[in-house]
Amino acid sequence: MTTYPTNRMQADVIIVGGGFMGAATAFFLRRQGLSVILLERDLVGQAASGVNFGNVRRQSRYLGQLPLANRSRDIWLNLPRLIGEDAEFVMSGHILVTTSEKDGARLEKYAVDCKPYGLDLTIMTGDQARAKFPMVGPDIRTVSYSPLDGHANPRLAAPAFGRAARRAGARVIENTEVCAITKTSEDFIVETRNGQSFQAPLLQISSGAWGRAMAASFGEDIPFAANGPQMGVTEPLPYRIGPVIGSASSVLEEGVYLRQVKRGNIVYGGGRRSVADLVAKRSPIDPLNTMRQMPYLARLVPQIARLRVIRTWSGVEGYVGDNLPIMGPSSKVPGLFFAFGFCGHGFQLGPGVGMTMAELIATGRTDIPLEPFHIKRFQ
Amino acid sequence: MPALFRRVAEKDRKTIRLFVDGHEIEALEGDTLLVALLTRTRQLRHNEFDNAPRAGFCLMGACQDCWVWTEDGTQLRACSTPAQPGMRITTTEVPWLTNL
Amino acid sequence: MADEPVIVIGAGPAGTRAAQRLVQAGLRPVVIDENDRQGGQIYRRQPENFHRTPEKLYGTEAAKATALHTDFDLLRPRIDYRPGTTVWGVSDEGLMTVCGQDVTIVPFSRVIIASGATDRIMPVPGWTTPGAYSLGAAQIALKAQACAIGQKPVFMGTGPLLYLVAWQYLQAGARPAAVLDTSALSTRMKGLLRMASRARVVANGVRYMADLARAGVRLHAGITPRAIEASNNQVSGVTWCDSRGRLRQVSCDAVGMGYGLRSETQLADLLKCEFIFDPCFTQWRPHVDRNGRTSRPDVYLAGDGVLLRGADAAEAAGQLAACAVLRDGGHSVEDTEFTQLHETLAIMNHFGRGLAEAFPWPAHLAGALPDETVVCRCENITAGEIRRAAGELDAPEMNRAKALTRPGMGRCQGRMCGLAAAEILAAARNVPVREVGRLRTAAPVKPLPLNCTVKS
Ligand SMILES: Cc1cc2nc3c(=O)[nH]c(=O)nc-3n(C[C@H](O)[C@H](O)[C@H](O)COP(=O)(O)OP(=O)(O)OC[C@H]3O[C@@H](n4cnc5c(N)ncnc54)[C@H](O)[C@@H]3O)c2cc1C
Ligand SMILES: Cc1cc2nc3c(=O)[nH]c(=O)nc-3n(C[C@H](O)[C@H](O)[C@H](O)COP(=O)(O)OP(=O)(O)OC[C@H]3O[C@@H](n4cnc5c(N)ncnc54)[C@H](O)[C@@H]3O)c2cc1C
Ligand code: FES
Repeated sequence: MTTYPTNRMQADVIIVGGGFMGAATAFFLRRQGLSVILLERDLVGQAASGVNFGNVRRQSRYLGQLPLANRSRDIWLNLPRLIGEDAEFVMSGHILVTTSEKDGARLEKYAVDCKPYGLDLTIMTGDQARAKFPMVGPDIRTVSYSPLDGHANPRLAAPAFGRAARRAGARVIENTEVCAITKTSEDFIVETRNGQSFQAPLLQISSGAWGRAMAASFGEDIPFAANGPQMGVTEPLPYRIGPVIGSASSVLEEGVYLRQVKRGNIVYGGGRRSVADLVAKRSPIDPLNTMRQMPYLARLVPQIARLRVIRTWSGVEGYVGDNLPIMGPSSKVPGLFFAFGFCGHGFQLGPGVGMTMAELIATGRTDIPLEPFHIKRFQ
Repeated sequence: MPALFRRVAEKDRKTIRLFVDGHEIEALEGDTLLVALLTRTRQLRHNEFDNAPRAGFCLMGACQDCWVWTEDGTQLRACSTPAQPGMRITTTEVPWLTNL
Repeated sequence: MADEPVIVIGAGPAGTRAAQRLVQAGLRPVVIDENDRQGGQIYRRQPENFHRTPEKLYGTEAAKATALHTDFDLLRPRIDYRPGTTVWGVSDEGLMTVCGQDVTIVPFSRVIIASGATDRIMPVPGWTTPGAYSLGAAQIALKAQACAIGQKPVFMGTGPLLYLVAWQYLQAGARPAAVLDTSALSTRMKGLLRMASRARVVANGVRYMADLARAGVRLHAGITPRAIEASNNQVSGVTWCDSRGRLRQVSCDAVGMGYGLRSETQLADLLKCEFIFDPCFTQWRPHVDRNGRTSRPDVYLAGDGVLLRGADAAEAAGQLAACAVLRDGGHSVEDTEFTQLHETLAIMNHFGRGLAEAFPWPAHLAGALPDETVVCRCENITAGEIRRAAGELDAPEMNRAKALTRPGMGRCQGRMCGLAAAEILAAARNVPVREVGRLRTAAPVKPLPLNCTVKS
């Protein structure tokens, strides 16, 4: 580690925002041997990373993202060895289901296109799917099955990476909101609302839906919206639904998904999103959306109709105009890196993003193609 | 089977009959499902996580520890559901996706 | 939504008097209550085919109960009454209610929440055994169903309800095996000074104790609960330490337990009312001015759902909140009406605080619960799991602890375990309980069937 003359707390890298992306990057940066300060406004993994649906899904992703998603999945499988706990990750399989011919055709095409990326999907007819997954409803026509995907517990994963990063020597500082980031000729100076100040030559912005304003302050604005996917959970029942089941419908309202956790509750989400309030740090959960989700959930698994919802919630997620994240180096400021705006699909990517960003920051390069996510695409 | 609850008054009501885990029981008109069951048995359900028997706790619709199932899969909160003649209740196995 | 009706949630003493005052001013409020029959907690009505007299059911409070019931029955044609209907959420368009499978959105201009309270529970090893009930449950079994929770129940906890319920059981012919009170006699004496303002209420309490003692029921003060014992999956006894620290045991077949009350504040939370920590009742509650106005201009609170002052205060607070609604809506209300109600409530306030002092919430018991004690009975989460969240997983507050090890994650949303879990977390982190915050509310406030549909 380099030493500095001032009394500011210093490190090789400062990470702003301790969601999954920030926590995982901090962890992997330590493995690269760099010193790290992670600054988190609230508690690590409390925002989008802690309240999402928990899908660890690769299928239907943008093809150019599959190398990153594949890397991430390999890490998911390895979590106990890497961070000492599994965050309840289960490789339960993931099925996408359709009720229309048009959507079915889309699934079939995707299954062909993703093969070269190492993602093997099985396309089934409705009847074949029902033979294998008898809980699936009679309206389902075409099903795409990804056996090696699964789900995990979002409340555990990012905090676990935060603790692992801390054990590995990262300085993880919570309840500390960054209010200004400036670049001197050499270093970034970071000021926090509680009056602290930090300094480092390298800096990653991974502040989720709040990342856009920080990027904009360096002259790199992007088309962006902060929204809240709508979630809910049923009471616990005997564990009978293995795979994550998601609708591949192109009709927004029909696009719901569900998974059963081993303890028995069924977690679900999807359909319309609410508009997030970045100042209040909250996305409303609209009970009318809860009502809208019900019939479509029952279309996936009819027997769900007899259960009860015990809790609903939402969370603040950043959506970039083209539905792809901002990931990679700044196009303007040397030493500045971005990893934010994961458009509702960042949970699966978390570990892979951490490893890839750490590689990029520490070595200046990575084998994972990041070109499609570069912020310069908007300039 | 010994019962949990004991009637202390209002015993001269019309009797009704319902079924609990396949056995016919007698209850009184105006009973909640919880009372109909617990004046005859000692439990309403089993906790999902340790399978230990439970018999409700608050009787006012707050604790949610008294949900029972009808044989066709409808769930009823026993403390706030009136017992009806002919109801068929199960307290043991939750009939959820049992065909799998 | 100025043209929309005023809604009253809850048809107990507070809600009933609120609705009545609104009707007097010419309004037609919507009155929503989860129960099939009006009356609320204390004046809960028995089913229609029961025959016990009000005197038998409500004892010294029979006249008040009858008045509340008759007044409500007279209001029926002049209100939009929706019994058997639960308010489960809040949308931009109004309150979300459910009755069976029918969900209705009820728009409002203003809403008075009079949602009452439930027992405040301190877990003890064995409290999930069949036969262990809340004190309120023991009373409801008797009042609404003419049943005793057992042949010889033990009543354990603290608060005036402990003696009232034990006495009601005695009257009903189910003689309690013992009454175990965690409050010491000396604390009770201190609280008594404040309670002198309501001598009749105190006299009733003294009479209950005397009657119990005369009937040979042992009343123990200053006890420390140890465990509810079970045999064959049913309560068989209670062990506790007496005030001198000796381990004692009593055989019984049921337990009614309760440590005062906790307010039902979920709807105020969903409506984004500001909350404060009330050091007297050692719990978080919505902030209200003395007329029941919250931080939100269209939301008012009354009764035990915000301040735990008992039934008489609930009636006055209900009327007062209605007066505030009327005045804020441009109706004229005499100042004297406000003043009189304030005076009545001042006495109740004093009394309520005296009660809280006389029968304190035994927070220290939470920190001493053995690790393996179930605290969250929905999810079967133990005290040890909460301590793991506090320590190894470093959760500084309740919502984080819930996220990490699940206390309060279940069907009841922490109604039963939330306050005790907070004490366990606070004790484990060695901070005052207010610092660990409170569980955030999520809709639906009660489980909602997935086969329900919106009725327009
Ligand atoms: C309800 C919901 C459901 C979802 N479902 C899925 C799913 O099933 N599968 C999937 O793959 N993805 C899902 N996602 C998306 C996924 O959760 C996110 O893409 C991912 O968690 C983003 O992680 P992050 O670290 O970028 O952001 P966040 O987790 O939002 O973390 C950003 C962090 O930055 C901090 N921060 C912000 N401003 C400052 C500041 N000024 N100073 C210091 N710290 C700051 C915040 O406090 C926060 O902790 C879902 C998202 C939501 C909201
Ligand atoms: C079991 C029990 C026994 C008690 N016994 C006594 C006693 O003997 N003496 C005494 O002075 N005090 C007693 N109390 C205290 C008692 O709560 C008050 O004295 C009095 O009932 C308070 O009146 P209230 O109108 O504020 O609330 P309550 O009488 O409790 O009425 C609240 C009403 O709101 C309804 N409600 C709540 N939430 C919703 C929702 N989301 N949707 C629709 N409806 C809703 C409830 O169904 C209920 O009918 C008792 C409390 C309990 C819990
Ligand atoms: S006994 Fe508590 S909800 Fe029924």
